[in-house]
This record gives sequence, structure tokens and C-alpha cells, in this order.
Amino acid sequence: MFDKILVANRGEIACRIIQTAHRLGVTCTAVYSDADANARHVALADQALHIGGAAPADSYLRSDAIIAAALESGAQAIHPGYGFLSENPEFVDAVEKAGLIFIGPSAEAIRAMGLKDAAKRLMEQAGVPVVPGFHGDDQDAEHLARAAEEIGYPVLIKAVAGGGGKGMRLVDRAQDFASHLASARAEAATAFGNDAVLVEKYVAKPRHIEMQIFGDGARAVHLFERDCSLQRRHQKVIEEAPAPGMTADMRMAMGAAAVRAAEAIGYSGAGTVEFIVDASKGLHPDRFWFMEMNTRLQVEHPVTEAVTGIDLVEWQLRVAAGETLPVVQEDISLKGHAFEARLYAEDVPSGFLPATGRLAHLRFPQGVRVDTGVREGDEISAWYDPMIAKITSHGPTRDIALLQLRAALAATEVAGTVTNLTFLGKLAAHPGFAAGDVDTGLIGRNLDALAASDIPGDAVRAQAALAAAGLDRAPSAFQGFSLWAPLEQDMRLCQNGEEFEARISTVDAATIRVRIDGRDIDFRRSSDRWVGPDGAPVTARRFGDHVAVFAGAAFEFQVVDPLLVADALAHDPGVIEAPMPGLVKAVLVRDGDSVSAGDKLAVMEAMKMEHTLTAGRDGTVSEVLVAAGDQLEAGAALIRLEEVVE
Amino acid sequence: MSKLQSALVRGSETARKNRAAHLEAIDIVRQAAEHAAFGGGKKPRARHLSRGKMLPRDRVANLLDPGSPFLEIGATAAHDMYEGAAPGAGLIAGVGQVHGQDVMVVCNDATVKGGTYYPMTVKKHLRAQEIAEECRLPCVYLVDSGGANLPNQDEVFPDREHFGRIFYNQARMSARGIAQISVVMGSCTAGGAYVPAMSDVSIIVQEQGTIFLAGPPLVKAATGEIVSAEELGGGDVHTRLSGVADYLAQDDAHALALARQSIAGLNRARPQTVQWQTPELPAHDPEELLDIVPADLRTPYDIREVIARIVDGSRFDEFKARFGETLVTGFAHIDGCPVGIVANNGVLFSQSAQKGAHFIELCSQRRIPLVFLQNITGFMVGRKYENEGIARHGAKMVTAVATTSVPKITMIVGGSFGAGNYGMAGRAYQPRFLWTWPNSRISVMGGEQAAGVLATVRRDAIERAGGTWSDADEQQFKRPTIEMFEQQSHPLYASARLWDDGVIDPRKSRAVLALSLRAALNAPIAETRFGVFRM
Repeated sequence: MFDKILVANRGEIACRIIQTAHRLGVTCTAVYSDADANARHVALADQALHIGGAAPADSYLRSDAIIAAALESGAQAIHPGYGFLSENPEFVDAVEKAGLIFIGPSAEAIRAMGLKDAAKRLMEQAGVPVVPGFHGDDQDAEHLARAAEEIGYPVLIKAVAGGGGKGMRLVDRAQDFASHLASARAEAATAFGNDAVLVEKYVAKPRHIEMQIFGDGARAVHLFERDCSLQRRHQKVIEEAPAPGMTADMRMAMGAAAVRAAEAIGYSGAGTVEFIVDASKGLHPDRFWFMEMNTRLQVEHPVTEAVTGIDLVEWQLRVAAGETLPVVQEDISLKGHAFEARLYAEDVPSGFLPATGRLAHLRFPQGVRVDTGVREGDEISAWYDPMIAKITSHGPTRDIALLQLRAALAATEVAGTVTNLTFLGKLAAHPGFAAGDVDTGLIGRNLDALAASDIPGDAVRAQAALAAAGLDRAPSAFQGFSLWAPLEQDMRLCQNGEEFEARISTVDAATIRVRIDGRDIDFRRSSDRWVGPDGAPVTARRFGDHVAVFAGAAFEFQVVDPLLVADALAHDPGVIEAPMPGLVKAVLVRDGDSVSAGDKLAVMEAMKMEHTLTAGRDGTVSEVLVAAGDQLEAGAALIRLEEVVE
Repeated sequence: MSKLQSALVRGSETARKNRAAHLEAIDIVRQAAEHAAFGGGKKPRARHLSRGKMLPRDRVANLLDPGSPFLEIGATAAHDMYEGAAPGAGLIAGVGQVHGQDVMVVCNDATVKGGTYYPMTVKKHLRAQEIAEECRLPCVYLVDSGGANLPNQDEVFPDREHFGRIFYNQARMSARGIAQISVVMGSCTAGGAYVPAMSDVSIIVQEQGTIFLAGPPLVKAATGEIVSAEELGGGDVHTRLSGVADYLAQDDAHALALARQSIAGLNRARPQTVQWQTPELPAHDPEELLDIVPADLRTPYDIREVIARIVDGSRFDEFKARFGETLVTGFAHIDGCPVGIVANNGVLFSQSAQKGAHFIELCSQRRIPLVFLQNITGFMVGRKYENEGIARHGAKMVTAVATTSVPKITMIVGGSFGAGNYGMAGRAYQPRFLWTWPNSRISVMGGEQAAGVLATVRRDAIERAGGTWSDADEQQFKRPTIEMFEQQSHPLYASARLWDDGVIDPRKSRAVLALSLRAALNAPIAETRFGVFRM
């Protein structure tokens, strides 16, 4: 076994790897960018080395800097985590050339699985079922269109080098093929520098079921399946193991196929074979097809660890250190059911825009596994994936594990940034999901209901006002004292763009009354806390100008400061501002250009998503304040339009 | 320090009767205070709101920190005066907190005769300023007033303690570094224009606040110029052209936020004064004050029962307990603040007065604030006492009370009659605050005694002229005097005329004393130099 490794990653996965390494007595070196100098993974490691700037290309994607750091630290091996360099065969070669061990599969195995069409051919040869489709080199548009006809509509166009839904298009009709092909290629070219695509049969009620495999180069085993059907735009949201409705023969067939796939390429380490399953008539052993193999530890690996009791990172280290697989297939058993929910800083109602912010408050519940790379006070920056945590529940049955997940989500408290917590909570409570009737379209079909923001009731608004006024604490001596006629104070708050006023008065030393829309809500002091009319304690907390109420769903309120309102009234509406933090991709206008309402003015990129900023009114550009390549905070001014002369 | 014991018998007939009488007296004051707090009544309040203005009490509330205590002064000023035309004297005043600092708020109530100044309005405004100056409290004037009440101009304009004194005080306080901040939220006419003009910082609400020496009608009469109020002295004019105001606010809420911001920036620290202790509630429940204090002023009781329900842990270090027993003196803490307590336990004798002077000297030496609990019928009378020089001993106590530099807080919990009022820091002896209980009575002497004196003089005259005077006639003669004294000695009558700072619910005594002390201790305690004691 190694006595020292370098973890070439950040965030929760770096922390998770360090934890297992420490359990095994292995010393860890972390690497960090400018933005991560005080990150949790740096704090957990035994040693941390700076490798460059905040942008991933300047740090976590720099194989030279990472290898240099490993050599400097005296580490014998590098764990790549997921993402970044984890599936980059050149990096693997460079690591090995430097005399270090890459904790993961060989460069050959990564290459073999890296190009989707080649991977499928390889799998077909190995007897693994693949989705009917065209995976050829002939990228002529006419040829691809003919292939699509042969496969039969609907078809899916996918980038050969793709992943994560980039360069992917669903085509329902032949007449739309050409335009979708063009846009898929353009996106693939930007994202991967390779515009080659493949065309596949589109499965009507598809489920995404993947098999966790583990190989030692000679032999492989599977650790059962994970169902990742709850996806939004191909991004997994909640994963579970085992898959609902899974039958023994289906599991055996899929497991055998996955092991065949792994053994076909002499796979070593943790990997995942993803299958698409047609669930339109339930699960059948003849209706699953290989999609791709991920040659890394997956984000959702904790659900597998929960139901098998196996620490996959431990196995990764042991196999990389030269051990053979510690078990045979028959030794691996399935125990109970697990769910993992991915908690992100993102603005769900406005289209899941990635969000940033300092985590003013962060509380996780007990009794569930929480994988996180951040602590209270840490910043979610625009540079990296805005994940806050993965919350994994594990119970004896699916029902219980799901209840545990719901309870855990309800008890999770995050303030300082918007999160997808409410969305996750609603998803976990969705009846179809609860019944195990899942497919990859479930979220899309129910998106409006799932993504809608809850409207807080008066009791929630009242406790937000209480916290806004700073009266959620132990009352000070003579708080709210008056000789005869009590004074009533007004708090103005804003929730989801809607302003309301709350009137607060002290009834007696242990009672505060909040009046909203003519209704009185009394809070009583009871054994060191304030309790609302429903008997539940006040969970609202104020952070700067914001108040968060954790009442099942998390509600975020803004305290209206008359001084800021006055400033805003003096604000020029002809200024185009960054809607979120991100990078200026392009500025499309110059000083003096005349623009009409709706014209595109600039393009910003945040979290790999492009956002076009348009003119809110007709006018002339008086000033361009930024240039392509600038990194902006939310609210930064980009372009100023001339004042309208009426 | 020993803990005071109570002789209260809970649930006794006496306790029940006492409570009922107190509750009745409290209720009368509550109604008066609530009436005053309602200002000019429904119609003027609706009109005020329709102009987009906050009601005056809401202005005060929203100036202060959420949950701030508000120690209101003169809550029932002008009660039953001017035929009820000026509830609360059309002015709200009191001590509250802004960004954790004690400030004096003075707020015109424009729903009461347009916020014009009645004689009692002037007196209340000046009293608020006097407290602010003595306690070094920043002043915030929330101005919305038409100026002097013209029908009463002879009683508000010319004299030393009249309208002009407001600006004199502003200038004097500003000179002493006591911040003067004005928020013009309505009219600010004629003499009133000097409130913002004389302030260190002034804020005006746009299209609502106006400041001018003469309003449009007077301008037209004087010069024929026709001009709108906004053009003459609106917020835009004063912040852009005239410089009379410094900040332009969009509305009341914005103006109050600006005032809060201004106070946050005062760069002011509390002076080092006393050694605070961790506060502790009294061991005896203050609620029991209503059971233990007799309803009838003539019934004697042990004042320590009151002390036990006011001071921290009911602990009291009684000084000279065995000497001059009709005056109880001793050390205690109120909400963590060390205090010397001087309390009546019967008529004052020479020894009691000597003891009082001694104790006040002691507190002055140690710079410990004094709390006077007044329940005094006066100094003992009669040949024996005059001959032993009770006036000389009384003078010693009065001198000590008058010349000590430590803050004095006076609470009248019973009778306040005659020279006893002087020795126990009555209004003339300038306590920082003076509060009264609803059951208290104040007059030069008891109504019975006064009527008796007048009847004796009358009887002497009748009998000297050879006439006779029947008992029935004497009773008839005495009744108007007794009735007059009864009416004039009522605490609401006293408070209406601002002989005190307010009538309070006895159960709030501890809070009122604590907040008074906190306010008073914004000023450093100066060294005391006593006058000549007649030994």
C-alpha cells in the first residue's frame, strides 16, 4: 500500500478520498487553486500544494503542475477523483512516465471507452447489447440522415466525444434532422473540440440503470446497479440502489454484461457501465443496451457503498497498489436500499441557473451520509461545479430509505445562496417516484410543479419578520417596554419579488405579535426558544440583508432597507447587468451602435452554460464596460444605453 | 447583603381589597394614556395617513431599534386641559434606543391641531430637552407642526420658558456636543423653522416636509408674491438651493432610516460611571406590589415591601437601620446598577433628616445614583420638634438633595406633601426623572388639613366678632377646599401639568427605574460640592 498519495481534485470528492486514505493510514497531499486556498479539502489534507489560478485550465486541469506537486510531495500515486483529469489518457501516460501510479484504469482502457462509437463496436464484439444506431466515421450529413431513417425515428444525435448532455439532440421527424445535426455539431465543437456525432435509436420510456463494476486488470466483479433515471437535461438529480422493479434475472444479465465489458478491456479499478433500459413494459433482460462506460469513480458511488458496505475508494487504493480484487462475486451482497440527492447552489425557478454565494449558514442532519466539500462560511464560486453536498440515506426498504431522505432534506439548512433543496424535497415526495415508477422523463414532465417555488404562509412570513427585526433571540431586559401604549414597528420584506409588510409589537415579556395582512401571529417564548402558533419553533435566521426560514422548504427573504430602495430608485434602467456571476464570452455591440429591444448585446458563460443578454429597450449603446474574457460578479454592469430623451 | 423578607399574606381580604383599588386607579390612568396615544382621533388620523404619512407613534417606533424600550415622558400631558383639545399635548417624547444608543425622541403629533404648540406642548418639549441635556442624550426631532397655537400665543411665545427656549436649548446642547438631529416630515413653519435650521443635521421628506418662516398665505399678504409651499420651502428647495436641510428623503421610512444612519455615525461612547453587576430579578414578584401596598394612603406599611419588589435579588444593605427609623436608607442594585435608596417609612423626624443627609453625602462621595421612594406627609410638627431644630435638620437634608451631583430618580409611591416633597427630591430639586403611581397624591398639605387650617382661621374671626359657627356650617365651609385638593392632588392632574414625567403602573417600577438610570448614566457623574450645612 502507498504511504502517501496526491489527490488531484477538489470539493466533496477530494474530501471523501482523503477520509478513506486517512482511515487506511495513508498520508494525503491536496492541491488547490487560488480560489481554493481555504477550502475544506485543503484543511483535511496533511499537506496542500498550490497549483495555479482559479480557472480549472490554470490548475485542476494542469497535468504538469499536478505531477510536479506529486513529485515534490513524495506521493507514490495520484487519485484523480471524478471530472477534471480523471478520464484523460494523456494524463495517465504522463503520471506513469513520471514514475507515479495513477489510481484508476489504464490509459488504454480510458481510450477504448472514451470515444463512444468505438466503445460500442468494442462492446458489440464482446457480446454486450448496444442500442441500434450508427457509430461510423462517415460524418456526411446525408449519410447520417439515411442512417437515422434506417434506425427509425425518433433518434438521438450524440457527440462522439460527448458527455453530460452536451452536443446531444433528440430528433422526432426527418425534416428536423439537418438543423438539429448542425446545432449538435456546433455545441460539440465548442465543448469538446470534436464535432463528430453518432445517431442512435431513441428509447420511448427510457430508464438509466448503470452497473458499478470493479476490476483488477484480470478479473472484474459488479456491485449491482444504480438507477439514475431522475435526470434533468441528462444531469442526475437523485440516484438509488437497487433499481426499483429490478428482477434477479435482469440483474444477473446486466451484471454479466457489465463484467464482460470490463474484462474485454482488461479493466482495473472502479468503473460504471451505463445502460439504457426500455421500461415501457417493465424490466426485461432483453431490453437493456450499453450506452457508455465511465472509467472513473462516479459521483453517485455512495449509494452503492451503502447497499454493499464496500468502500470503493479503499478498493481503488488497494488495487492500484497491486492487490488483486479482495472478493469474488458471490461475496458481494445487497443490503437494504439507498438514495442519494445532489444538493446544488442553483436557482431552480429561474431555470436552474447556477448560483454563487457565501454559505452564511449550513446544517446537515444526523443519521444520513453527507459528502461535502464546503463548510459554513465557505464560498460557492462561479469557477467550479456549484455542488454543496450529496446526501445519502440508507434504510432496510425503499420506503424507509425514501422517508429518511425526505426527512434529511427537510432538516438540511443552507443560507447565503439559493439551492435546489426545495426542488429535491418535492422530487423526493413525488408519488410516481415514491411508487418506483421512474424514467428519465419524469422530471421533465413534472418540471413546472417540481420547480415552482413554494409560497410561504403567514406563519413563515411572520417568523421571517421576527428574525429580520433581530427579535428571534432571547429577549433583552425590558425588550419592547412601554409605559402604557406599546409601539408597533414595521418590517418590510421581499420574497420572490413580492414585498410585504409585517407589524411587530411586544405584547408582554414572553409574547411578540406579528401582524401581516391584518392577521395576528403570536410567538411565545418557551424554554429558550420562540414558538409559533403551530407549536413549532422559529427556524428563521437573519444573515446580512437576508432571512432564511427552514420550514420544510427553505424560504429566502430579503429585508427591504429604505436606504437601498432609495438608491435603487435613482438607478439607471439603461444598464445591462450580469444576471449571474460568470465569464464574458462575447460582446456583440460597440459604442454608438443603435439597438432595438430584444437585440443580443453580449454572451456570458457560467457553469458551462451560455446566457445571452439582450436590450430591454431601444436605444444607443453609450458605453461598453467589459470585454470578452472578463470574469464578472452578479449584478456587474456590462453595457450602458444612452438615456432616452422624451 | 441581606435579603428582604415580606409580610404579605397572599389571598387575604386586605390583599384582595388593595389589589382591586390599585387596579381601578391604574385603569383610570391607562384610559387617559390610551386616549392620548390616539392623538387627534379617527378623522385627523385618516387624513394624515391619506397623505402618505406615518402616524406619529409609528414614526417614533420605526426610528427606534426593533424591540427597543421606550421610556415615554408626559404621556398624559395636557390631560383634561384646553377642553380636551390637545391629547398628549400634541407631542410624543421619550427615551428609546437607536443602534443601541439612548436617544431622546421628540415627535409632533400633527393629528392634534396640526401639531401646534399649546403651553403644555412647549413645556413638554422643554422638559424633553432638559432630560436630554442632563443625561447627554442625542435629540431627534420628528417635526410636523404648524408652530405656535395662535389663540394661546401669550402663554407660548414671550416668556423665558416659552417657545424661544427650544432653540436656545438646541444651540446650548449642540455646543456641549449633544447631537441635534431633525427630520422634517411635515410643516415646519415660522418659529418652528428654526428646529431644523438649528440642528446639526436635518433631513426632509420630499413633497411633504416644508420649512419656511412665513407660509404662502402670509407671503401673499406681506408682499403679494404667489408661491406654492413646495417652491417656497420644500425638500428639493432646501436640499438643493437653500441648504437648510442636508438630506432629501423619499418618504417617512426613508427619512427615519437616514436619521438612524446619522445616529449610527455619532461616534459616541458611554462614559465610565458605575460598576455594573449582572442583573437579577427581585426575589419577590413585583406583581405583589398591588397586594401589599395599602389602597388608603393613611394606612402605614413597611416601605421595604416596595424595595423588595424593585431591587436585584430583593437584596438590600440597609444603612443606619436603627437610627431615624422613619427614613429607610441603604444600598442595592437595580438591573445591575448600584443605587442608594432613600425611602419614607413615616413622618420625618430630626434624626431621620440627619440620617438622610448623611446617606446622600455617602452616595455622593461614592458617585452612586440615588433613588427616592416618596411616601411622605411631611416633617413632624409641634413645640418639641421646632425647639430641637427640626427645620435645621430638615434643611441639612434639603441641602444635600439640592446640591448632590449624582443622578436622582424620584418615584412618588404614596403621598407627597409639604416640605417632605423637598427633602425627598420633588420636582423642584431636579431629579433626572420623576415618576408617580396612580394611587399617589401630591399637594402642599392634605386636603383635610388645609380645610382645617382655613376653618380654624374662619372660626377665630367669627368668634372674635362674637358670632357662632355650627359644626354643620364648618363642614359646609370645608367641603370645597377638600374637593379642590382632592382634584388637584390626583396624579393625572399633576401629570397633565408636567409636575412629573408620568404616571406609571406600579408593577413596572423596576423597569422604569432601570431605564431611567440607564438614560441618566449617559452623562458622567460629576464631583459633588455641597452647600453650607446648618449644623
